[in-house]
Amino acid sequence: MTGAPRTVLEIDELRCAYGLATVVESVSLCVPERSVVALLGRNGMGKTTLIRSIMGLVPPAIRSGDVRYKDTSLVGLSPHRIAQLGMGYVPQGRHVFRSLTVREHLDIVERAPAGSDGERWDVDRVVALFPRLAERARHRGSELSGGEQQMLAIARALMTNPDLLIMDEPSEGLAPLLIRNLGTQLLSLKGSHLSILLVEQNVNLALELADDVYVIERGRIVYHGSPDSVRADATIRSRHLGVG
Amino acid sequence: MTIDPALRLTGLSKSFGGLRALDDVTLDVAPRERLAVIGPNGAGKTTLFHVISGELRASSGTIRLFGRDVSGLAPHRRVALGLRRTYQITNLFPALSVERNILLALYGLRGTKYDALRPIPARGSVVETARATLRRVGLERRGDSAARELSHGEQRQLELALALTGEPTLLLLDEPGAGLSAAERAAVGRIIRDIPPEVTLVLIEHDMDLALSLVDHVVCLHNGRVIAHGTPDQIRQDDAVQEVYLGVPA
Repeated sequence: MTGAPRTVLEIDELRCAYGLATVVESVSLCVPERSVVALLGRNGMGKTTLIRSIMGLVPPAIRSGDVRYKDTSLVGLSPHRIAQLGMGYVPQGRHVFRSLTVREHLDIVERAPAGSDGERWDVDRVVALFPRLAERARHRGSELSGGEQQMLAIARALMTNPDLLIMDEPSEGLAPLLIRNLGTQLLSLKGSHLSILLVEQNVNLALELADDVYVIERGRIVYHGSPDSVRADATIRSRHLGVG
Repeated sequence: MTIDPALRLTGLSKSFGGLRALDDVTLDVAPRERLAVIGPNGAGKTTLFHVISGELRASSGTIRLFGRDVSGLAPHRRVALGLRRTYQITNLFPALSVERNILLALYGLRGTKYDALRPIPARGSVVETARATLRRVGLERRGDSAARELSHGEQRQLELALALTGEPTLLLLDEPGAGLSAAERAAVGRIIRDIPPEVTLVLIEHDMDLALSLVDHVVCLHNGRVIAHGTPDQIRQDDAVQEVYLGVPA
């Protein structure tokens, strides 16, 4: 088939608020099929609010606009419905279950891929990505270090075999060697059926992985372009991202 | 006469069931030293902080603060000796204002009886002290905001302010740069650099540019053991550290 790639996620003039405080003013953004889209911006600019709104988590509340996943509007759907549609989510702050073991976390969420063309994520494959999780298989969430919890949150999302993976700062708390491995693994997934929406403070990692970059500032998209154009634009890097 | 180390760990071990999270750690931190603790995820870094601060009891070994054996002391007794720490995941009173968060810490340190039926007295020198502490971390304009309204970066700054209340002598910072943007990391770096030199500092940090710019010594843990200890330059070139932690540069 020729023509433009299908859109997996389309956000159309979305506005989200906590009570009276509007945090996302107006965001339009699109994740094409088989692509990695990075959402960058300083803390407090609305990234996590936007991600939570996409996943149906409240608060915040969506005030206007639309979020569509493969032509289905997600507005008003509950998070578990949204997850069932094929969206995986790595929340900021990990949120692992304290009383479940690593292995239990992975087993309870395992699900066959929606499409048939993708390579299936199973325990063996996520453990190859994070060997530490195999060593910790019988340990409970409460017994894991912060970085191990982060690995588990990523592995748990992959085990649902999503078509779209939404990651809110997956590199937070990971050792340098693991960030490099994560980057390599995510790069190797590019071009598979998986699409990724990535929120990252690690600008270098994001630019290395992304096909498309959006920059958010005070609840609005202030920049949309390729990683190369971000690298070449000193104003964007210093004013909106705070990197040299 | 020799000066006691700010922190002396001798044969420190901590087991969780079959897992040896700390395995015979022996380490001296000199007064005024700035030390980074690095190591792969799960190496035992945060467990080390929990054991030093008294939130976890060591399975064996001793901890001395400025010459005094504190191995059996409760966390608040160690705080009274000048020990402070921050956490990987920010621990604040989200509904209270920024200033009230600091005031509570100050009243806690002074041993003032807290009466739940009366508002926290918020006047006089203690308020001045709270405001001065907020200035040190660049939050002087946010005193009236509820802590939950702060951005993630500002919450980390508030947590640093809490750790700086009441003349700390030994400060443990657990990933002060985690989750921060590059600009916020630079701001946190400046705050840490401005901490008075007489405060001994131990920090866990995965951002090597940030960590190595703040410290004069580095210790690397792996599987609960110290595998390297040296200056930032020595650590960068250490084969074992490269293999288990940094990854060989591509």
